[in-house]
Amino acid sequence: MRTLQLRVNGEPVAREIPDNRLLVDFLRYDLGLTGTKEGCSVGVCGACTVLLDGQPVSSCIALAVMADGCEVTTIEGLAEDDRLHPLQRAFIEYGGFQCGICTPGQIMAAKALLDVNPHPSKEEIQGWMMGNLCRCTGYYKIIESIQAAAEGKGVS
Amino acid sequence: MHAITYESPKSLAQALSLLSATGEKGRLLAGGTDLLIQMRAGVRKPEQLIDAKSIPELQVLSFNSQDGLRVGAAVPCCRLIEDPAVRQHYPGLVEAAGLIGSVQIQSRCSLGGNLCNGSPAADTTPALIALGAVCHVASSKGTRTVAVEDFVVSPGRTVLQADELLVEFRIPAPKPHSADCYQRFIPRNEMDIAVVGVGAAVTLNGDTCTAARISLGAVAPTPLFAKEAGASLVGKPLNESTIAAAAALAQQIAVPITDMRGTAEYRKHMVGVLTRRVLTTAAERARAK
Ligand code: FES
Ligand code: FES
Repeated sequence: MRTLQLRVNGEPVAREIPDNRLLVDFLRYDLGLTGTKEGCSVGVCGACTVLLDGQPVSSCIALAVMADGCEVTTIEGLAEDDRLHPLQRAFIEYGGFQCGICTPGQIMAAKALLDVNPHPSKEEIQGWMMGNLCRCTGYYKIIESIQAAAEGKGVS
Repeated sequence: MHAITYESPKSLAQALSLLSATGEKGRLLAGGTDLLIQMRAGVRKPEQLIDAKSIPELQVLSFNSQDGLRVGAAVPCCRLIEDPAVRQHYPGLVEAAGLIGSVQIQSRCSLGGNLCNGSPAADTTPALIALGAVCHVASSKGTRTVAVEDFVVSPGRTVLQADELLVEFRIPAPKPHSADCYQRFIPRNEMDIAVVGVGAAVTLNGDTCTAARISLGAVAPTPLFAKEAGASLVGKPLNESTIAAAAALAQQIAVPITDMRGTAEYRKHMVGVLTRRVLTTAAERARAK
């Protein structure tokens, strides 16, 4: 056991956890932040994507202790009060999700992309988002949503 | 997952003393993108994890035109891929590192983790072998160097003793008119394990090849250095027939298995195809320099 100290969505958090706690379980079960989903559990589907000091990581194959002293951003941290993040609004507006299970991971990966590349080409979006699987949408709408958010189209 | 203790040493000396105290029960954790999956599945059960990311000596990334490139074992691939000197001088290494997993994986995975995991299909290992990279290994008793091609001894096993850790890779400075290339074949676009991977590095003097190294992944219990295949090109021009002859020599040392990713015959065929492609591309890159 150890006391983990970090910031989650801008708020300081201190929690006692065992060393083998996975980051995804820490977020979902210790903090109740169930927006982050677990799909494949082997780092392949991207559903569990969160930002660790701004970098996209698969929280199913990260230990919570690895986030000690870091800033973690989850899907719950994107909206400001009642105002959804432009990516969230674009996914709604442009049909970027159906069942929604992959969506928090899609949006966190897309946020990481737009943070480093605010105006990505379609090919850059496709390359970056390759690690986020979706069984529903066929991907076209996800890419359209990210492009719309990047262009600030209809999502203000 | 089984119970573990996690340590994040703040120096190499501290890491080595932890490792000599825990021995077989301890294991270095780099990005965890292989190890944590294996631990979740119960395949590996280290009792103590020592976080390589916290050790400054394992985070070195520096290049100069005399000594070449130093890459700390735990440098995340995303940092390596974005480094301007690495992009300019070692495009094949960038290709290999860029093929590992998604951006989510690349922000954690490292050359050291990829090698120490000991997979015969690791993408960055053939790229490192082609470049003639050397591993610097340390224990509390001292240091030693091991060529990358000698590092993996069988699937999942390496030359590292229980008290040793991989500190960094040293990659020779690129000679004038030299270049490398790595390609792999997978049935999907991304997020898969190589069916076959081939790396090559060539040096030219005018039209004549003065040095060539070829390496193969996923076609034997360990990544392979195709020494004769590379040597066959030295002193000759790199053209269709010399490249085909080298590819045939590379095929000879491949001893692949048949599994869900492909048959042994198919893998052997692909060694020929990819060897020709990487040599052709490396030669084009070297000529353009
Ligand atoms: S649940 Fe983590 S990548 Fe699939
Ligand atoms: S919306 Fe259902 S998996 Fe993507």
